[in-house]
Amino acid sequence: MGKLTRTGFITVLVMVALAVLPPMFLWSGQAFYMDLATRLVILAIAAVSLNLILGFGGLVSFGHAAFIGLGAYAAGIPSYHATWGGFEAIATYNGLFQIALAVGISALYALVTGAIALRTKGVYFIMITMAFGQMAYYFFLSLDIYGGDDGLTIDVRSELPGINLDNPLSLYLLAYVSLVVAMVIKFLIVNSRFGMVLQGAKGNPERMVTLGYNIYLYRLVAYVISGAMAGYAGFLLGNFTTFISPDMLDWTRSGELMFMVILGGAATIVGPVLGASVFILLEEILSSYTIFWQLPFGLMLIGVVLFIRGGLMGFFKGKGD
Amino acid sequence: MDYTLLFVQVLNGVQLGLLLFLVASGLTLVFGILDFVNLAHGSIYMVGAFIGASLTFYLGNFLLAVLIALPITGLVGYAIERLVARNLYDKDHLDHVLGTFGLILVLNTSAHLIWGPEGIAVPLPAWLDGQVELFEGAVIPTYRLLIIATGLGVAAGLFWLVNYTRLGMLIRAGASNRTMVSALGIDIQSLFALVFALGAMLAGLAGMLISPITEASIGMGGQIIITTFVVIIVGGIGSMKGAFIAAILIGLIDTLGRAFLGDLFELVMNADAAQTAAPAVSAMMIYILMAAVLAVRPQGLFPPKVR
Repeated sequence: MGKLTRTGFITVLVMVALAVLPPMFLWSGQAFYMDLATRLVILAIAAVSLNLILGFGGLVSFGHAAFIGLGAYAAGIPSYHATWGGFEAIATYNGLFQIALAVGISALYALVTGAIALRTKGVYFIMITMAFGQMAYYFFLSLDIYGGDDGLTIDVRSELPGINLDNPLSLYLLAYVSLVVAMVIKFLIVNSRFGMVLQGAKGNPERMVTLGYNIYLYRLVAYVISGAMAGYAGFLLGNFTTFISPDMLDWTRSGELMFMVILGGAATIVGPVLGASVFILLEEILSSYTIFWQLPFGLMLIGVVLFIRGGLMGFFKGKGD
Repeated sequence: MDYTLLFVQVLNGVQLGLLLFLVASGLTLVFGILDFVNLAHGSIYMVGAFIGASLTFYLGNFLLAVLIALPITGLVGYAIERLVARNLYDKDHLDHVLGTFGLILVLNTSAHLIWGPEGIAVPLPAWLDGQVELFEGAVIPTYRLLIIATGLGVAAGLFWLVNYTRLGMLIRAGASNRTMVSALGIDIQSLFALVFALGAMLAGLAGMLISPITEASIGMGGQIIITTFVVIIVGGIGSMKGAFIAAILIGLIDTLGRAFLGDLFELVMNADAAQTAAPAVSAMMIYILMAAVLAVRPQGLFPPKVR
């Protein structure tokens, strides 16, 4: 263990700020900022999951919001049936069951769509993941029993052993701990043999194939892990908003997630968290000034793409990193 | 089976397909020659619709408005190429996607600023607003026939332009080898700008044509762009012929699926289940088609020979 690198320093700084500030907001009576922080941390989990395939795998997946939506509906639909009857097989408030369902369904959707999308590359891959994401959007849009366009209200939040999700602080702490766990999981994956192959396939796929690796399989596994993680984030998001609508799955949501990753710095562990933080805060600040906040926001996005290489983490990175 | 209804729905499907082709042709043209992914193409379609709508109210004549709105939309496309797109060509696809995603926010919010949050319904001249009875029982709105005629005309014009003119020759050459075309003394930058503006005009035309049926609205671009992507993926990205065939195919499948899938399902399940399942399945049909095509041919039905 040598001196703390700049990357390490920023990681600690961001994570400590996220651990300390929101509870302080809550105790000082600023519940609004607590809400903001909760949304931020949940979306950060999704951004971390996207970064596994986008940053480390080099796979530009544009359909990630679908997994979040699937996870949210996996929390909402069992709860809906537990309240209003019908569909006994899944009707329950049991959070552990809902998490299993959210992760399972997202992983399955990632497996099926990934198996097809990963046969292609480059711009085809971008458009196909986008189309599959939109397919899930239209699926929920046309499901009238779960509200269709109008969305679905979750009347009863998931019940987890020892954690009361109706308490904002408990929900926040669960989201925060989940984020830390997600980052640790990704750190372990990225630095494992599996992660090395994945990154090698990003840099030079032909070389990895020549070395005898089935990169299709490696990528598919990474895609499924990433989708499952985003599904879990969706479960949290559903419990946070207590309202789910197809809008959560819209492709523009996927675009925003991608932007968080790139803004923070792809292929870094803490980058997506930093990106999500800056994104959510900017959105909040700009939208408090004008309803036309997307105009400066869009211009900024274009500016980031044109002028900032490697995102914010690239900005901060020292020589020792 | 009601064959008259089937005939009317087939025409509706062809009409949707031709509109999709207008949007897809510009996208596939730009991608073919510039290797540039333009998410904001749908927003240009929206801008075209709004400009057309404004001019219709200003001039009081829909067709005249379309004729004037076309070059204006082309200019908007030219400006976008100059200011944003040109700086992105050298970067990778991820940057294209993010940059044009930013462009969508800018264009949509600008439209909101200029035209307000509500959609604009576009009135048709009286002679287009009626219906025609093609044969016993088959009543078609006149305007839909105009859309079909325009779509076919533009498709033929594009086919001629790309295959039989000097500009088309340059476009095809640019798609095969940009560096070589530029080395032969062609001003490739101007060619790029021209192709981009042409693509913008085609998307704008589609927007103007659809707005009397739906209306010009801010969300319209985001809806059509994904379907357009499905079209050019199925057709093979960069292929004009592929875009045309896939557009008609997808227009037909989408329209016929929505119209008849419920009845089809009722043959094998009870009416309640059929009416619940049919909308969900028909909404996903074009994506299922896309998945099926890709499972067999990952490069689409008609991949261009180069790339």
